[in-house]
Amino acid sequence: MDDWLVAIIKVVGIWVWVLLIAVVMTWVERRGAGLIQDRPGPNRAGPWGLFQPLADGIKLFTKEEIIPTKAQKFLYIIGPALFSLPAFSAYAVVPFGDKIILGGKEIILQVSDVNIGFLYILAIGSMAVYGVILGGWGSTNKYSILGGLRSTAQMVSYEVALGLALLAVVFVYGTFSLRDMSLAQQGTFLGFLPNWGIFKQPLGFILFIVAAYAEANRVPFDLPEAESEIVSGYHTEYGSMRLGLYLFGEYVNLVTISGVIVALYFGSWHLPYIDLGAYLGPISWGIVSFCIFFLKVSFFLWLFVWVRWTLPRFRYDQVMGLGWRGLIPLALFNIFITALFIQLTV
Amino acid sequence: MNQNLTPQTGHGTGDYVTVNIGPSHPAMHGTLRVIALTDGESLIKAEPEIGYLHRGVEKLGENLSYHQFIPITDRLNYCSAIPNNVSYEMAVEKLMGLEVPEKAQLIRVIMMELARIADHQVCVGILGVDLGAFTPFFYLIIQREEIYEIFEWFNGARLTNTFGRIGGVDADLPDDFEERWNELKPNVRKANEETEKLLTHNRIWMDRTIGVSAFSAEDALNWGFTGPCLRACGVKRDLRKDEPYCMYDKFDFEVPVGKNGDVFDRYIVRMIEMEQSIKIIDQAYKLYKEMPADAPLMARVPKVIKPPAGEVYSALESPNGELGFFIKSDGSANPYRIRIRPPCYMIYQAFPELVKGELIADLVACLSSLNVIAGELDR
Repeated sequence: MDDWLVAIIKVVGIWVWVLLIAVVMTWVERRGAGLIQDRPGPNRAGPWGLFQPLADGIKLFTKEEIIPTKAQKFLYIIGPALFSLPAFSAYAVVPFGDKIILGGKEIILQVSDVNIGFLYILAIGSMAVYGVILGGWGSTNKYSILGGLRSTAQMVSYEVALGLALLAVVFVYGTFSLRDMSLAQQGTFLGFLPNWGIFKQPLGFILFIVAAYAEANRVPFDLPEAESEIVSGYHTEYGSMRLGLYLFGEYVNLVTISGVIVALYFGSWHLPYIDLGAYLGPISWGIVSFCIFFLKVSFFLWLFVWVRWTLPRFRYDQVMGLGWRGLIPLALFNIFITALFIQLTV
Repeated sequence: MNQNLTPQTGHGTGDYVTVNIGPSHPAMHGTLRVIALTDGESLIKAEPEIGYLHRGVEKLGENLSYHQFIPITDRLNYCSAIPNNVSYEMAVEKLMGLEVPEKAQLIRVIMMELARIADHQVCVGILGVDLGAFTPFFYLIIQREEIYEIFEWFNGARLTNTFGRIGGVDADLPDDFEERWNELKPNVRKANEETEKLLTHNRIWMDRTIGVSAFSAEDALNWGFTGPCLRACGVKRDLRKDEPYCMYDKFDFEVPVGKNGDVFDRYIVRMIEMEQSIKIIDQAYKLYKEMPADAPLMARVPKVIKPPAGEVYSALESPNGELGFFIKSDGSANPYRIRIRPPCYMIYQAFPELVKGELIADLVACLSSLNVIAGELDR
């Protein structure tokens, strides 16, 4: 019974937490844009415009839901749902802290430590593409179809690179579980570097982050929703909360991707050179590890914003070229080097 | 649907899609429209359709007196109204054989070059936005607002300036122009510098712009290109140098030329022109200061302007290229005929050629790099 209760609390807790971060991210995105672009950004609703996401939410929820006459109703409606569902469920296997001991019971700060967590993320992540393509197709709009096609081509191509980049990480840690990978990143490496994934997989990290940006449809890979070319692409015809789900699902994806980056490459909840867990009590360490983890996550979330307001957008053929001719061969090379290294040293 | 654009077989799969881009589309600045025949992402054909902003400007001129037409010219290239005003005024002055006082000419030069900077800032900024780089747009537009402040404080209008009068200018530069300009100058330069930092050597930017919609010098001349788009193709043609007006022959400035005539060259040419414009303003203001304070600003012009019967064509180098006015007078107080030669019209004709075989994203990049302004295109 206790296990069930803990599981439910964890599920609801992390769901609310991820939602909250995504909500705050919509604010950070716009305020960050303001900061970068020499302008205030939204500053009317509440202090520093903090209630802006709330106002947006109310707006989106209360808008009239319009279904275009020529849209294919079923696909049109199911699109946003298919997009946001994987976004919300992908975080389940990403840790958000070490562990906490309450009443003599050890609770892992992770919704579920699946031993194939890594595969779960890839599987769930690739489902999001259905939401995009069905939404684009169901809208019966040429721009939307173009957007949906671009997104599909991009997601499918970059999934390969993403998976290959992650495979090298699996080689290094010898496990599919994100928690085990996190645990393995304690201590130092070669005597002076923190034992983090990025130092063992520098190339893999770059490949992963590029592919992840493409997977999340973020600048410079935001061509599925390029406003100036195909007018928001697959969600041109969407309004009210259906549009909201698309926009919001994107931010939830960002949180998940940042979580994966931190868990795999940036030492998860570990600080470099110091093992705080040894000095702190079990409860305070649980809280501190949670904080450390999310500080790192927030850095990567900020990086998404930073990149978005800095870089121009790729063109369709360039994205495909980079994916197939750049990332995938490099990822294979990375796997080869990693395997060779492991073979020689172990 | 346009008859020429009905799907045809024999190329690719033959399953082409006609995509209607515009007239209300984020990348179709103003109300341009392009009907594109696409094969997936690539363009088979793109045909522009114009006229969505046609207001009959030329016909309007026939029913207005010569002075009344000046505000109408504001609405041609609304990104930089001042060169339009001056170009029209110069045409009437030429028709009447008026000699504009030097001081008025210098004020015109200063204001026209400010307008050129503002126009180029918008063009480069929008090009960035269309290629997905939002931030430079804001850096540039903030400085453009400052330039508009100068316009506003000069004659009360920001966008539609209605600058000058036939025969000169109506007002002298305000006393604190120097302060304002010295304050503005480094900011404009800094904004340009930051834009260059963000874009010029950016790998993505280079990939998106170099070689896109490239045009040879010969083609450009044949299609009647003028202005930055022609210079980007490598033709050193600038009316300010070649047929000097408004004392432009007294200023030391360079005419930048590109090589390939692609989007990147057009962007670079515009960036350099802004710097050259700053130089011109500095020199013009130096000459202006040497003038006596009570030097005349207006030539002797009758109250009701009735140019002698005849025809005249006069053009100047507007930010977009050669902007010319043809006026036919029958000796009455209203022009018999006014015809405007906007730079965009000639450039936009070549649009199908420019984007042939490119991708949809390039169409957008090409269009914004041409700086086609619907107001001046449709008139």
